[in-house]
Amino acid sequence: MSVLQKPAGPPAATGPVPFLSRMHEWVTTVDHKKLGTMYVTCGIVYLIIAGLEATMMRWQLAWPGQEVLSPEEFNRLFTMHGTTMVFFVGMPILLGAANVLIPLMIGARDLAFPRLNAFGFWLFFFGSLLLYFSYFGGQGLYGMGSAPDVGWFAYAPLTERTFSRGHSTDYWILGIFVAGIGSTATGINFIATILGMRCKGMTLMKMPLLAWIMLIDSVLIVVALPPLAAGQIMLLFDRLLGAHFFDAQAGGSALLWQNIFWFFGHPEVYILILPGFAFVTEIIPVFSRKVIFGYPLMVAATVAIGFISVGVWAHHMFAVGLSPMLNAIFMGSTMLVGVPTGIKMFNWVATMIGGKIRFETPMLYSTGFLCQFLLGGLTGIFLATVPFDWQVSDSYFVVGHFHYVLFGGLVFAIFAAVYYWFPKVTGRLLNERLGKWQFWLLLIGFNLTFGPMHVSGMLGMPRRIYTYHLDRGWEFWNLLSSIGVIIQLVGFSLFAWNVLHSLFKGRIAGDDPWDAWTLEWSTTSPPPAHNFDEDPVVHSRRPLWDLKHPDDPDWKYE
Amino acid sequence: MTTAPAMLAPPEAVPQDRMSNGKIGVTCMIISEIAFFGTIIAAYLFYIGRDINGPYPQDVLEVSVAPLKVLFNSIFLLISSVWIWLAIRSMRAGRMGAFIFWWALTVICGAVFLVGTGFEWYGMIVDDGVWMGTNLFGTCFYTLVGFHAFHVTMGLIVLTLILVLALLGHVSPRNIEKVDLVSWYWHFVDGIWIVVFFVVYVFGNQPIQ
Repeated sequence: MSVLQKPAGPPAATGPVPFLSRMHEWVTTVDHKKLGTMYVTCGIVYLIIAGLEATMMRWQLAWPGQEVLSPEEFNRLFTMHGTTMVFFVGMPILLGAANVLIPLMIGARDLAFPRLNAFGFWLFFFGSLLLYFSYFGGQGLYGMGSAPDVGWFAYAPLTERTFSRGHSTDYWILGIFVAGIGSTATGINFIATILGMRCKGMTLMKMPLLAWIMLIDSVLIVVALPPLAAGQIMLLFDRLLGAHFFDAQAGGSALLWQNIFWFFGHPEVYILILPGFAFVTEIIPVFSRKVIFGYPLMVAATVAIGFISVGVWAHHMFAVGLSPMLNAIFMGSTMLVGVPTGIKMFNWVATMIGGKIRFETPMLYSTGFLCQFLLGGLTGIFLATVPFDWQVSDSYFVVGHFHYVLFGGLVFAIFAAVYYWFPKVTGRLLNERLGKWQFWLLLIGFNLTFGPMHVSGMLGMPRRIYTYHLDRGWEFWNLLSSIGVIIQLVGFSLFAWNVLHSLFKGRIAGDDPWDAWTLEWSTTSPPPAHNFDEDPVVHSRRPLWDLKHPDDPDWKYE
Repeated sequence: MTTAPAMLAPPEAVPQDRMSNGKIGVTCMIISEIAFFGTIIAAYLFYIGRDINGPYPQDVLEVSVAPLKVLFNSIFLLISSVWIWLAIRSMRAGRMGAFIFWWALTVICGAVFLVGTGFEWYGMIVDDGVWMGTNLFGTCFYTLVGFHAFHVTMGLIVLTLILVLALLGHVSPRNIEKVDLVSWYWHFVDGIWIVVFFVVYVFGNQPIQ
């Protein structure tokens, strides 16, 4: 690749840097790559914590009448598992990945507001500590409960002072509130970066699709997170100042909390899954050796998902008894969101058709994402149908559905991204063989865990129960789910080993290990603090293709 | 690397006309603030007329009895938007003395508004005995008006900071963009007050059917 410019790295350090100085550098950094790395690392640590919480729950549910956990402990575990996975695994990993990638992909020096970026990270970091501090401080003076036990969507009036004594729910509110402010600030930062910091020649329609999708994602963050903050403030006023927002005895309304929460909550799941779309959209073309199919349609579909996703929230509330008219409207809008998502699916598949596909780990995970996300999307269409939803609402069918979307979809896309960009961030490749083992173990373990949940849900098993009787016919399916967890644990352990081992012993990656086309691969791995020695100039959507193939550049056809 | 034939030279990249990062950032921040206030306002509208015990808004709020009091107050806040606009205009023209004059007037008007809110709250808490826990009206009123007052306070702190810096001679017409962005925020705080005013003192103040 002699045509690639090879910027000189930073001057070699003389002698080892003392541990304290290195720590000081990480704590005070405003560099988007370092902050992004810290985001992702924290996200993966919380992924392990929340995964172990889930493991304990599956152990308890493996067969009827288990007494591994008390009912109270079980309630705390599913609350902490859900809250952690959404706010302290999904959010930091997507914000971290975008942090690392956006400036590199659009040829910028850093984000638009680097210090705001550091501020956002530390808010997330301490917000997450605040939530977990509830295990120690949540008892308050009442000797009641430790961690929050109100479920990740914290329905009123369960969260009111009357029913949730002690301070655990206050920690839930404050932890997420603080982290939410950080995420909103980072969303604003992303929008300013993408709109204002693109390199010369990069018009909006020449941006990598990851930047496009993160732009829409950030708009959703800016629009959807403040309503949650407002709702949480109201709840906090109820609990600490004696206000009556969600206090039904004084005329308050539990339904209002549901509306506020899901007005945030549904865009939130798109905030989580859109970066997953972004990762596979970048990875599939590179490993199919083809340009992405239907770039303008991809952009249009992303914008459409952004618009529709703020108008579907009441499909979480079909069972509360809204008017038939409202139910019908929200059923329609929910079905509608399947259209742009379908367009994306077809575009990814069309990119692969006729391509020279290389099944290296990133592509394996992307393919896994496609299949499993499709299944999750299809059960989503089932659930959008009001009568069907009434049958399985709050059952394990729903649990199976959203794990297919968020685990089978998002987590697989995250692994694809980790395997793809790890060499760019660290300079070393992850081990391919371990990666493939991990993929197959996770694929089998995942489907074994969450596939049977659809059946146990159809058989009537409600979510959030800590145990069940032998005569319900659920025990076989629950046992399967719990066995699946063991296989997943092996897969995750392989991943942990792979990362730790490859960080020090991995194969040196070079600048462009995958023969890719976007700007981040034109600089060194890891990139220097200033990213690019010269400001890049682009002429097409695949600037590195143009450099590698000066005889047949893309800009002739775009 | 062989040089590409001349016919394959890419078209010259045209530099694009873009909004500055600061402007994009502040616009997005204001959008997120609108989403925040929108939620509290939605809750306020939702609870109008649902109280199960008094005192009701029309027993307490002054608009129907002495409209001058709140309106007087509001006019101080709204007119400050004009002063800050004049301040920015003076700064653009390089007249720093005029800038400081209009900017100080903005601060004074904002402070008068806050003092007025303070008197209103004092009257409601001490004379009428309405606080957060009294009923739904108290809950919603103090949350919405309180959050607005909180935003005015934050704005005033920043405005005062700039005023002090300007008096010390640290603000020059080169800083126009940053100072201008502060004025955007101030316009937002004023604009949202118009909505809050209509929601709280007009729609929310109807007698119960």
